[in-house]
Amino acid sequence: MKKDSSSSFKQTRTNLSRRKTLKTIGAIAGAGAATQVSPLIFPHAYASAEPIKIGAQFHRTGIGASYGRWYERTANAAVKLINDEGGINGRPVELVVEDDGTDPKRGAEVVEKFATQHKVDVAYGTLFSHVVIGSSPRAGELKLPYVVVSEGHHVASGNLNRYVFQPGITDVRSQVISMAPWVSQNLGKKVTMIFPDFAFGHDHRDYFSEAIANQGGEVLEKIAIPPTETSFTRYFPRIPRDTEVLYHVMVGPGVLTFVKEMGQHFGSKRPEIFGFIDSLEAVDLSTPQLEFLEGTYFWEGNPRYAQSNQSEHDKFYRAAVGVDDNGASLADPKDVSTYAHMFGCWESLLIIKQAMEASDYSGPKDKAAFIEAMESLSSFDEGRNHPQGSKVFNPQIHQSFGHQYISKVEGGRMNVVHKTSIEDGMYEPSGDYTKMPL
Amino acid sequence: MNTDSMSKSIGLHAAVILVLFLLQFVLPEYHHLSVTRIMLLAVFAMGFNLLFGYSGLLSLGHAMFFASGMYGAGLAAYHLSWSVPVSFFFGIGCGFLLSLVLGAIALRTTGVAFMIVTLMFSQVAYLVIVYFTTYTRGDEGLVMPEAARSFGFLGREFLLTDPMTRYNLALILLALSMLIVILLVRGRFGRSLVAIRENESRTRMLGFNTYAIKLKALTASGTISASAGAAYALMFAYIGSSFATIQYSIDPLLYTLLGGAGTVLGPVLGTFLMFYLIDIASEYTTAYLLVAGIILVLLVLFFPRGLLGTLKEKWIRWLP
Amino acid sequence: MDFGPYLFLATLEGLVQAAVLCLTALGLSLVFGVMRVVNVAHGEFYMLGAVLAWWITGWFINHPAVGFLLALVLGPALVGVIAWICERFILRRIEYDPEATIVATIGILYILQQSALLTFGPDARPVDTPFYFRVEFPWFGYSGYKLLVIAAAACLLSVAWFVITRTRIGLIMRATQFDRETAQTFGISVNKVYALVFAAGAAFAAVAAVLIVPIQQAHYLMGGDPLLLSFIVVIIGGLGSLRGTLVAALLIGLSDGIISVFFSPTLAKMVSTLLVALVLVFRPQGLFGVRNRL
Repeated sequence: MKKDSSSSFKQTRTNLSRRKTLKTIGAIAGAGAATQVSPLIFPHAYASAEPIKIGAQFHRTGIGASYGRWYERTANAAVKLINDEGGINGRPVELVVEDDGTDPKRGAEVVEKFATQHKVDVAYGTLFSHVVIGSSPRAGELKLPYVVVSEGHHVASGNLNRYVFQPGITDVRSQVISMAPWVSQNLGKKVTMIFPDFAFGHDHRDYFSEAIANQGGEVLEKIAIPPTETSFTRYFPRIPRDTEVLYHVMVGPGVLTFVKEMGQHFGSKRPEIFGFIDSLEAVDLSTPQLEFLEGTYFWEGNPRYAQSNQSEHDKFYRAAVGVDDNGASLADPKDVSTYAHMFGCWESLLIIKQAMEASDYSGPKDKAAFIEAMESLSSFDEGRNHPQGSKVFNPQIHQSFGHQYISKVEGGRMNVVHKTSIEDGMYEPSGDYTKMPL
Repeated sequence: MNTDSMSKSIGLHAAVILVLFLLQFVLPEYHHLSVTRIMLLAVFAMGFNLLFGYSGLLSLGHAMFFASGMYGAGLAAYHLSWSVPVSFFFGIGCGFLLSLVLGAIALRTTGVAFMIVTLMFSQVAYLVIVYFTTYTRGDEGLVMPEAARSFGFLGREFLLTDPMTRYNLALILLALSMLIVILLVRGRFGRSLVAIRENESRTRMLGFNTYAIKLKALTASGTISASAGAAYALMFAYIGSSFATIQYSIDPLLYTLLGGAGTVLGPVLGTFLMFYLIDIASEYTTAYLLVAGIILVLLVLFFPRGLLGTLKEKWIRWLP
Repeated sequence: MDFGPYLFLATLEGLVQAAVLCLTALGLSLVFGVMRVVNVAHGEFYMLGAVLAWWITGWFINHPAVGFLLALVLGPALVGVIAWICERFILRRIEYDPEATIVATIGILYILQQSALLTFGPDARPVDTPFYFRVEFPWFGYSGYKLLVIAAAACLLSVAWFVITRTRIGLIMRATQFDRETAQTFGISVNKVYALVFAAGAAFAAVAAVLIVPIQQAHYLMGGDPLLLSFIVVIIGGLGSLRGTLVAALLIGLSDGIISVFFSPTLAKMVSTLLVALVLVFRPQGLFGVRNRL
């Protein structure tokens, strides 16, 4: 944040200056000519260099600010990549960032602002599900495509509308059910769950209970923590003695207390512990009193620590965003990223680019074509654009399904012990956005 | 109050409504959308001010009244598929009942104890919404179904997706609330409220049933706040538990104090000011809340009784 | 876990929570008791204390106890100075008008919170305990530091009680609280007393934060809960009564802890909140408050 504060008295807009953009485009066009490729691949480069505006709704303030900051950094890196390579359809991309304050009311206002004042081409957003859900009716009614990176089950549930997509990150339902086979085979079949008494906590509860039952396991106890709670020790006695696996997922500023108190409670006599890294995103694992996590397991959307078999794409992506091999900022090793989620910002922007190029998008009049292009996508191959891994996209429910990772804490870092298959996370989809009018 | 100031006051409020009506034809699109929201929040703040500004009772729990309207209307439309007008009035009814019942209990206290009791009731209300996540989806909330985005009324079809419709419905609600508040505070009832604010025991000694008067004020205040919540749910098609958090109890207090407590237009002005303060500051800096904080401090140094409150005290004495 | 040990653990947790409540409420009890203004920014002084503790202990990673003691002195002192500035340049100029004070302190809240976000960042950060000690009960382990928090609360409460009832400063404070005008005619500089009380109240909040932050964490939005909880404790206890603050903290902490054994967690929170609210409904002056002479 220190670095940002110096420039904070000006709205951060990630656009390369127009002159630089033109130079870049000129250089690329020139390079094209030199290699005998027709400059017509950039048909708009000469006609217009008006930027394609992407309205980015991020949590700059509020309880989601840890995520928001890294979402913004990742998005900036992706925009830089896109612009360095000639933009979209020959036009540079400009990110217009607005803060949603991690509040659904402000989120909806920001979407209105994108549509009517900034007149962006696409809105692109944010993590917390309530902001996404609160914003999406306005996006749909203002006919503004709204591409979210939230991991909620909202888009895939079929309850939102045709303008909302989540192509860059797997939804929570899929994440959760894909964990069940490995957990039941390797950690145990008797599970106790601790989760916040929030809708997404209930999603974990319901979908995991069902999935573990399908594996012949059972959930012994479901402990829903009230959202106003700041101390957790009193809830640990509810964990039944014959629990083999403790499943935890917490969010918000209380997470550290939660994990520390869990360690104090169990000491060395603990069951197997499996958690969603949401409990510790942006938290340094070498924090005092987190030693007890040694030997426990985490779901990760994308492995925070560079693995021994790291792909060249992850290497490239990591460097572009400015993250070191431990998942921390290159500028400050104490500044830990939200690595398990923020890849979705990178991938979503490149998917927007892909769909805009496929639909030959030139302005808001092509919105319908853009939506249809998004809906004609069906899969993404692992690569520079998709460093997290390959994905299958379901156009009916506007949702991607990808691989998930299970990592073990060993020597203060997380090592991947299992990568799920995409099929592990598949469920029967309900709803069909493509039948809704545009 | 003499007739001259009465007619001036009516003229002023009519002019405000007229200006707001005409604004919709000239406002740029974004501001058109924003003013719609602001008008509903202003109704909320006016409801709050009816209790706080005139009877002096400071509630820190008005979010629950707003939320009762929001959830009454929203859940009826979502789960029972009731039509928009029926859901709207059901939401108002929920707010009426809640404020009547809780008011009867909370008004055993006054002053700081009243603040804390309303605050705690409101926390419970928030937890109730979260506890029944199965029906409310808790923090994530619910999106209103397609069927609740339009309604027939007097043989005409109204589309809530249409910004013009929303703007004018919000304006009608604002005008009606303003009328109700003016009628309440200008009459005998309003004077007895002010008497309670200035000296409750003396008012009681003069033979007034101050408990009944305060309960009436609280119920009216809660019901108006609930109407804002119900309208907010139906117009913007979303209900969620964040609207029941303490933040939404502080907001109307801030709007009211900023504009001027105990004036009808103060909360309206305060709502406009606060919305645009944040909206505009956020275009220049990510630290817009810092700017908002500094401006609040400066405003209060120069306008300690709120903008209209200070104006009324110093220059425009006839302001209601 | 069996019922007995479970109840024991819940009671222990309730006691710790009561200690935390006592500590956080002390500062507000002072400010609210003497000045009778609603200081919405009080929780932010608490937050600043926690953030400063994180910052100062960061210099002494190898000697957590040294860093912690230094934080316990420097943190509250700095916070006291900040509060003094707010009092001198804002609150005094609006003459502690109750309504204007609310707006002004909401402004101060935004300023402090946002400054913390810009410098400290949005992440939750831990502060190491000055010592590691895990109390091993036969049924579960428990943080030794949490027990220290209970002791610290008892100490600070005694100090506050001594200062208020047995010293000249305390006498002046009580006089000002009882009747501002009369105190002034007796040559007490009310302005000085207010400045002192406001700064001391903020410093107290910071002391509480430094003591509590090792069992929680520093975060720029952490001020909200302590603000609300300490308001509740102070009012339920009865304005200006230290004994009331103690009893109210015990009542809230223990009921919250013990009720959590019998209901599902969120329901327990609802029940305990309602119960505490009802205490006030039936005793509007608070447990140990004096009914206003009306």
